Amino acid sequence: MPDATFKIFRGDRDGGELYEYKVPIAPGMVVLDALHYIQAHDAPDLAVRWNCKAGKCGSCSAEVNGRPRLTCKTRLDALPLDQPITVQPMKSFPVLKDLVTDVSWNYRVNKKIPPFTPRPNVEWKMDQREVDRVQEFRKCIECFLCQNVCHVLRDHEKQEQFGGPRFFVRIAGLEMHPLDGLSRTELLKEELGIGLCNITKCCTEVCPEDIHITDNAIIPLKERVVDDFYDPVRWFLRKLSGKKH
Amino acid sequence: MTEKYEIHEHDVLIIGAGGAGLRAAIEALAEGASVGVVCKSLLGKAHTVMAEGGIAAAMANVDASDDWRTHFRDTMRGGKFLNNWRMAQLHAQEAPERVRELEQWGALFDRTADGNILQRAFGGHTFKRLCHVGDRTGLEMIRTLQDRGVHLGIDVYMECAITRLLKDGERVAGAFGYWRENGRFVVFRAKSVVIATGGIGKAWRITSNSWEYTGDGMALAFDAGAELMDMEFVQFHPTGMVWPPGVQGILVTEAVRGEGGVLRNKDGERFMERYDPERMDLSTRDVVARAIYTEAKEGRGTEHGGAYLDISHKPPEYVKKKLPSMYHQFRELADVDITKGPMEVGPTCHYMMGGIRVDAETAQANVPGMFAAGEAAAGLHGANRLGGNSLSDLLVFGRRAGQAAAEHAKQTETPKLDDAQVEEATREMLEPFERRDGDSPYDVHRDLQETMQNYVGIFRREEDLKQGLAEIQGLKDRAGRVHVDGSRLFNPGWHLARDLKSLLTVSEAVALSALERQESRGAHSRIDFPQYDEKWSKLNNIISRDGDGMRLRHAPIAEMPSDLCVILEKKK
Ligand SMILES: Cc1cc2nc3c(=O)[nH]c(=O)nc-3n(C[C@H](O)[C@H](O)[C@H](O)COP(=O)(O)OP(=O)(O)OC[C@H]3O[C@@H](n4cnc5c(N)ncnc54)[C@H](O)[C@@H]3O)c2cc1C
Ligand code: SF4
Ligand code: SF4
Ligand code: FES
Repeated sequence: MPDATFKIFRGDRDGGELYEYKVPIAPGMVVLDALHYIQAHDAPDLAVRWNCKAGKCGSCSAEVNGRPRLTCKTRLDALPLDQPITVQPMKSFPVLKDLVTDVSWNYRVNKKIPPFTPRPNVEWKMDQREVDRVQEFRKCIECFLCQNVCHVLRDHEKQEQFGGPRFFVRIAGLEMHPLDGLSRTELLKEELGIGLCNITKCCTEVCPEDIHITDNAIIPLKERVVDDFYDPVRWFLRKLSGKKH
Repeated sequence: MTEKYEIHEHDVLIIGAGGAGLRAAIEALAEGASVGVVCKSLLGKAHTVMAEGGIAAAMANVDASDDWRTHFRDTMRGGKFLNNWRMAQLHAQEAPERVRELEQWGALFDRTADGNILQRAFGGHTFKRLCHVGDRTGLEMIRTLQDRGVHLGIDVYMECAITRLLKDGERVAGAFGYWRENGRFVVFRAKSVVIATGGIGKAWRITSNSWEYTGDGMALAFDAGAELMDMEFVQFHPTGMVWPPGVQGILVTEAVRGEGGVLRNKDGERFMERYDPERMDLSTRDVVARAIYTEAKEGRGTEHGGAYLDISHKPPEYVKKKLPSMYHQFRELADVDITKGPMEVGPTCHYMMGGIRVDAETAQANVPGMFAAGEAAAGLHGANRLGGNSLSDLLVFGRRAGQAAAEHAKQTETPKLDDAQVEEATREMLEPFERRDGDSPYDVHRDLQETMQNYVGIFRREEDLKQGLAEIQGLKDRAGRVHVDGSRLFNPGWHLARDLKSLLTVSEAVALSALERQESRGAHSRIDFPQYDEKWSKLNNIISRDGDGMRLRHAPIAEMPSDLCVILEKKK
């Protein structure tokens, strides 16, 4: 088998550049295999995150030929091999080293979200159809690729005002949980800035778990925010009860 | 002191943020302790996230006849009666409550028609017992626990690796480690330390385990004076992927067989008929793994040396609904559509039954202040673990460890830190940068994996094990002389240089225990001793530190009380 040529970003907070490596191609090889090959043969200190190597943990995100991907699921035979394959870190997060970025901002956003809070005296029975809808959101592996492509974060850098698609997905999972009794619309509107999302659907396109982030999570949440804050009757009821409809 | 180091103080320090560590953290916090959790990867990426098939708990939602006694009996039978029976009892009794708790914290399991948690069949379980979410149960579990823990206020130290346990006299005083991001050292002072670091699969070439599974917790505990037990019992899961080469070893969940998948050899024969006609494809993992290995060895294997596993007789929509990640895994990584044709599968190193020896009720090791739970601890599974019994183990004994660790912290003074130990730990970490020659850690790791794969694998015999032990000694020398390139910033080569030390400790313990046990039982198969030996049915192998070496002794298993004996004797 011939070699593939890789151009990989090497560097840290202070900058860096693309370095070229050659890797012998094996059948079925994925980009992460190539990165491991490079570690073992040419660059033992090449910084890469990974765990499962099977698309289940969301650790190995990077931009391959400019496209945000899980490197463990990006097959070499699906890439043009007559030219070098570039591998760069996710652009929306600060580089720590090589392909490893500082994603700690996501964990800080997550902390703001009130957890599942069952309604008082619920009976722990649920219908599979109701559960199906929420299970879609709970498939999220926190690869943060959706956060990486969202222009509100990537181009406008509104990290302080905007939670990002990943956390709209998480909140959708809580709000639509059949037994949850809390409303998170105020958080969505005020702190997580859901209004800044203009439904470009870029997040949905990159989600490796095929979660319909925009249609199934963001749009219904936006509707709830509208109902709660702009419908005068709902607004009044919410003031009275502090609960969700 | 060579450099100033950062110190954090907690009542309870938990090493590991998988299911066991997080469940321990939640419980210790509920007991009023201040809790720190350290993990090598980002939060939410521990092995627990990869678990697929389900959590075993006798909830009796699907098969009304199930109860803890049957679960207890299945676990003991699966473990060939080498299990710590008290652990097996507590596990079977408490698992249903632990699962309900998860649900109350927000986990969403698949449902039965009447709205309860759905349960599926799995190997060695008499009844449909595995609570599940499609084939991503571990993800549901770890998200639920991590969200709960973070909300309650645990401090999480992510991407921080512990390299040494610190002691104050006989007791544990905390731990020493480094931040992966910048290579700076950090010290934790704690009254209790819970080890929940998972398993050791990275010692083998073909494995379902990630880079994290280097046996750190077991090796650190061993260094600090703890006993390791049952180290010969390494589970080879019968169904890992075998093709293409890059995915070799990646797990194919047993849920495929639980949902009706069947195994065939290249002649189309359902060969399990010859190995276990009663339980067939849902026999225990040790039996199925040996069967597939034997079929391939005797020339009836598939093109790439495995067996066929076929679920394509089920409706495609059903397969995609119940096994979505298997569907995607094979489509994307192997160009196989599992709704249309068979998968190729073969054994892969998967789970460590052995580990740190602990007390059943409190999960305490023989070192004061040290606790262990989850895959890092030994006892519950005996000679072979049943599928689904690990996730429930994490919950039951994670909780018990957290509770006992908090209790212990209440009753003890803050330990003293010893600068000399910290300096020694620092020196050990910095040495590899100073060497100019010596092997690359990657080369030593590759050679260790070959050694374990070839000499300490599914089938074992005396000369192989001796050869393996000799090679491990040679590898120890090489590992002591590796050199690393680059800086201390996120440097995987440097990290591997340290991980090798843990890998070699646990590998030696496995080979030594395997050589000692001259019989075949559960996951331990000796070609030269193919039968059960009555003498060995009442003994555990225990390994402890002896100067710079390893000492092995036998410990008799305690007599089982008569009420449990009665349960075991029942037919079904
Ligand atoms: C692919 C796969 C599928 C599985 N499916 C199932 C299933 O369906 N049902 C079932 O019951 N079991 C299953 N298992 C087994 C089960 O998932 C594991 O045994 C279990 O998750 C282990 O949990 P744990 O909490 O002990 O450790 P882990 O979840 O592995 O967590 C270990 C933690 O320790 C940390 N750590 C390790 N070393 C250090 C160190 N030196 N310093 C700091 N932190 C450290 C790691 O970072 C990690 O956070 C499966 C396993 C695999 C690999
Ligand atoms: S749809 Fe909204 S959240 Fe998604 S990428 Fe576009 S702006 Fe961002
Ligand atoms: S929603 Fe999808 S893209 Fe976003 S973090 Fe989760 S899995 Fe990744
Ligand atoms: S390594 Fe887990 S998703 Fe790629």
